[in-house]
Amino acid sequence: MALKIVKGSIDRMFDKNLQDLVRGIRNHKEDEAKYISTCIDEIKQELKQDNIAVKANAVCKLTYLQMLGYDVSWAAFNIVEVMSSSKFTYKRIGYLAASQCFHESTDVIMLTTNQIRKDLSSPNQYDTGVALTGLSCFVTPDLARDLANDIMTLVSHGDCVKRKRCSVLIMYKVFLKYPESLRPAFPRLKEKLEDPDPGVQSAAVNVICELARRNPKNYLSLAPLFFKLMTSSTNNWVLIKIIKLFGALTPLEPRLGKKLIEPLTNLIHSTSAMSLLYECVNTVIAGQYCSSVGSVVLCVQKLRILIEDSDQNLKYLGLLAMSKILKTHPKSVQSHKDLILQCLDDKDESIRLRALDLLYGMVSKKNLMEIVKKLMLHVDKAEGTTYRDELLTKIIDICSQSNYQYITNFEWSVSQPVTPHPPGISVSWWTIRVFAVAQMATLLDNAHLLTGSMQRNGICEVLYAAAWICGEFSEHLENPLQTLEAMLRPKVATLPGHIQAVYVQNAAKLFATVLKSQEGNTDSTTAQETSQLMIDRLPLFVQSANLEVQERASCILQLVKYIQKLQQKDVEVAEEVIALFAGELNPVAPKAQKKVPVPEGLDLDAWINEPPSESESEDEQPKAIFAKEEPKHSRPRHTEVDEKELARRREARKQEQANNPFYIKASPSSQKVYQDAPGVEHIPVVQIDLSVPLKVPGLPMSDQYVKLEEERRQKERAEKKKKEKKKRKEKRSGRGKKHDSGPESEEDITPAHMVDIVTEEMPEVRCVSLQIQFSTSRIFNELSPSSFWVFNEKKSSKHKKKKQKKEKEEKEKKKKKKKHHHHHHHSDGGGEESVQNGTVEEEEPLPVSVYDIQGNLQDGSQVVVSVIFENKCDSFLKSMEFNVLDSLNSKLQRPEGSGPHDGLTVPFQLPPGVSNEARFVFTVQSIVMPQKLKGTLTFIVKDSSTHEKLDFKLHFTCTSYLITTPCYSDAFAKLLESGDLKGSSVRLEGVNMPFHHLLARICFHHHFSVVERIDSCASMYSRSIQGHHVCLLVKTSGQTVSIDAKCDEPTLLGNVLDEIKQTFSQC
Amino acid sequence: MQFMLLFSRQGKLRLQKWYVPLSDKEKKKITRELVQTVLARKPKMCSFLEWRDLKIVYKRYASLYFCCAIEDQDNELITLEIIHRYVELLDKYFGSVCELDIIFNFEKAYFILDEFLLGGEAQETSKKNVLKAIEQADLLQEVSNTGLHPESFVNPSCV
Repeated sequence: MALKIVKGSIDRMFDKNLQDLVRGIRNHKEDEAKYISTCIDEIKQELKQDNIAVKANAVCKLTYLQMLGYDVSWAAFNIVEVMSSSKFTYKRIGYLAASQCFHESTDVIMLTTNQIRKDLSSPNQYDTGVALTGLSCFVTPDLARDLANDIMTLVSHGDCVKRKRCSVLIMYKVFLKYPESLRPAFPRLKEKLEDPDPGVQSAAVNVICELARRNPKNYLSLAPLFFKLMTSSTNNWVLIKIIKLFGALTPLEPRLGKKLIEPLTNLIHSTSAMSLLYECVNTVIAGQYCSSVGSVVLCVQKLRILIEDSDQNLKYLGLLAMSKILKTHPKSVQSHKDLILQCLDDKDESIRLRALDLLYGMVSKKNLMEIVKKLMLHVDKAEGTTYRDELLTKIIDICSQSNYQYITNFEWSVSQPVTPHPPGISVSWWTIRVFAVAQMATLLDNAHLLTGSMQRNGICEVLYAAAWICGEFSEHLENPLQTLEAMLRPKVATLPGHIQAVYVQNAAKLFATVLKSQEGNTDSTTAQETSQLMIDRLPLFVQSANLEVQERASCILQLVKYIQKLQQKDVEVAEEVIALFAGELNPVAPKAQKKVPVPEGLDLDAWINEPPSESESEDEQPKAIFAKEEPKHSRPRHTEVDEKELARRREARKQEQANNPFYIKASPSSQKVYQDAPGVEHIPVVQIDLSVPLKVPGLPMSDQYVKLEEERRQKERAEKKKKEKKKRKEKRSGRGKKHDSGPESEEDITPAHMVDIVTEEMPEVRCVSLQIQFSTSRIFNELSPSSFWVFNEKKSSKHKKKKQKKEKEEKEKKKKKKKHHHHHHHSDGGGEESVQNGTVEEEEPLPVSVYDIQGNLQDGSQVVVSVIFENKCDSFLKSMEFNVLDSLNSKLQRPEGSGPHDGLTVPFQLPPGVSNEARFVFTVQSIVMPQKLKGTLTFIVKDSSTHEKLDFKLHFTCTSYLITTPCYSDAFAKLLESGDLKGSSVRLEGVNMPFHHLLARICFHHHFSVVERIDSCASMYSRSIQGHHVCLLVKTSGQTVSIDAKCDEPTLLGNVLDEIKQTFSQC
Repeated sequence: MQFMLLFSRQGKLRLQKWYVPLSDKEKKKITRELVQTVLARKPKMCSFLEWRDLKIVYKRYASLYFCCAIEDQDNELITLEIIHRYVELLDKYFGSVCELDIIFNFEKAYFILDEFLLGGEAQETSKKNVLKAIEQADLLQEVSNTGLHPESFVNPSCV
């Protein structure tokens, strides 16, 4: 026995140890594989020996070979043998080999269970240590199940800190493999969170954090404990984990976000460890903390510091985090555009790519051209194809994102050499077609410049689009023959297949155009030469490897050959060839699906017409504010009829709007706001959703729409007649047939919303109503909805008495109308929020109606007036022209080239009972004075072909330029102290309403916000669109209200005060 | 952390530690792919890259690349810190460590790593404690080794 041991030891001396093996491999660089195979043979021999030391040495070498990529799975059993050695030296090697070589499908693992259990409970902490380390790498569900208890014992009774720590950490792996163990183990794990040893504590935090990331719901109850740890711990490793844990918990418990925001902000401010700072910032971004804008701003500031740092890593992470903020708070990132653009100059490609990503998200209409210009500069400078490709792809993406919504200048975009202009643009934007075609022809002509160097890049894709555009719109080409020649160059065959296919197809289209022009000439030889050119060049494509190219080319080749035959017989073929490609492609809007008619019986808009909410908003809300007015609209029977009628009309209008491609629809989100706002009147409000491309005049209407429209109209007419008969029987039987349309339309008018205008000019009894919605806002910015008004033109020349009566009615109606204006439509968009009353006056007898204007904080000079035209008569109205007499201060913007007195054509016609909206832009210079603009609407009634005229006045009041702006009391105080403001005051007598109603009224009508209110005294603030501050101090005693006001523009203030006075004198 | 790889500038793997169970084939594939990706990066580039659904954090020390794969929510900077700690530990243990130290004593490099990280999480953040634990374990190894030799060589009476 002893001899054997000695012999083994001596043998061992001649064995290679690990160092020898490594050295040997290094010395046999030429025939490494061969050397290793001999080594493996030696190792196999060594493993057959009984000597554990020899075996351990062999296993150690195997571990090394395994790393080099050799298969050692055959030695798994030997590894287990070495693991079970009682000597730490060998055990350590055995476990190392096992952790490197074993995986779940290694079958000998099950043999290790008992050995590991023994080692875990070994009195030697190092045995336990290696067992835990090994287990962490190769734990299987079986091992986890069998050893969970042993590990738990270690966790709770472990005498040594290190063992405790390791066993806590290993629990995570066990839970993953054997989730059933989690429940019984959890209380002990929780205990460890408060372990006196920071190592154990941090291990427990680690484990719970990792668990919570997978299933945060179960760990919410630990939040207070973690919160305590977070505020007390100074260990950054632990803090990072805790913050990560909270990041996972907050989405489930929003209140946590509010609580955490302060400690997180403190950490962001105080920590010097970038890893912790980054973790905090990331958590703030990802979590629900974003309700606080301040924290986002702080994050962006800190990220800016990271990005400005010279360390590439921080720069990269800063950009990464920035792009996360971009998704939720694009505005705060956009202000750092300069910095992001700077990053494009960075040496590091990955940083440049991150910056590119960010830029993609930052693009808006305003900065698109600037950003693309900058990117184009980089394309020229860029080295390395991958980066350049990425750059180009990004430029293309940026331009084309959301269906080109950001591109305002298509001519610019077309002239950019690399932007591919998918056919879509040219189809939709026919106005630029000619321009585009010319550009594309040049591009095709110079294609050889592109193809060589840019084959690999996406650039040749532009040729795809260019070829299509030139073919489809070949009639705009200046020299189609030259382009045709360019498209058939042999070089084209080097382009990718799909592009070649488009080339071939469009060459045929071009060919047709060329033929047509040439056959017009008397010389038939040129046309034949063109055919010959096709026949000469096309075979190149027939040979193409790409099936589609081949198919198209051979098809067209045969066609051309046939054409040539006909030409030789002097047959004129051009017309027929053209007919092959006849028909123009019409654009299809991305939201076209929405315009497909809704099947009958399916009411998508059901909620809109719910009468209860209608009456609620009409009756209840105003009652609170203006109790006095209540009796005025208590005409129960009428109201009911009106409501029904209103609902019906609204539905009709809704459908009309849905079917009308010119009608820009409300976005669902803002409709929701409109619904939720208490007391908001149910007026169909027009919103301008700019994600829908702005309409192009002359856009062809689809046949389907026209047909549908006709059907609908017929139906409506039939319905009307029915109703009409019924009503006539009921109460208007005395009237002559000729007056039928009169009373009927009267019924159509809902007193609550509309005001009649009586004029005498028109010979026939006819009723035309206009709904005009005014909203001022900057062009191309989202317009907010506002109330609308309707006035109704009424003919009753013969009955003067009746007219008088109607006037009375109108007055009543007007008052009711006003009541509705106390409700307020907010847009959910950022800047604009104000409503103000202006008046529209009929030229003739009496002031008629009230309407709302909205101001925009960002632009004080441009105003958009949206007008809803509603046809309330039975005839088709066409050729509508809207004209306003300009004043020095306010001008209607007319298209270039038209004179200052020309009217603007309303870009649609109105079938009976249909409403549509048009917008007119006004330029306003000074906002300190109210403005009245006279205007005329002319139109032709189709049936009678008479030219009709409707006069109106637009009243831009001063309050319409004010915007409700919240103001804090300290800022308010500062403003008053500054001394820049000039004062003025006004007294209102006989105001008989509660103070808060009074304030609400000022807020609503004049766009003020209450800064502070103490008893019967309140300070209020508002701002004009040009930035004037208006401060009010409102006091009340009895029925007297005194308003002391200050403003930096005394004229404006005077007018605003006058308007306030007017508001209260009317009530 | 999912795994850690050490490889040379020539692309030779020097150390690998997998904290997720994968088959040898997958491991090889991932290693090959990552080594290529990381070596292709220019020296001035930042230490992070996105790879499959993981984030790769790597750092070059002399001729060796230390490369870790972490999950999406993990913190890149703290991973960089872990790499740096490990390098410091190796440096302390071997005394200005070089690639050869790791090649010839690769099992030691593993022992140090295991003492520092367990299951992909930092178990002991104090460098002093890690080194102390390693020294003690080594001592234990010496004892058991010397325990073998006297038996077989020094004490002829046993023969």
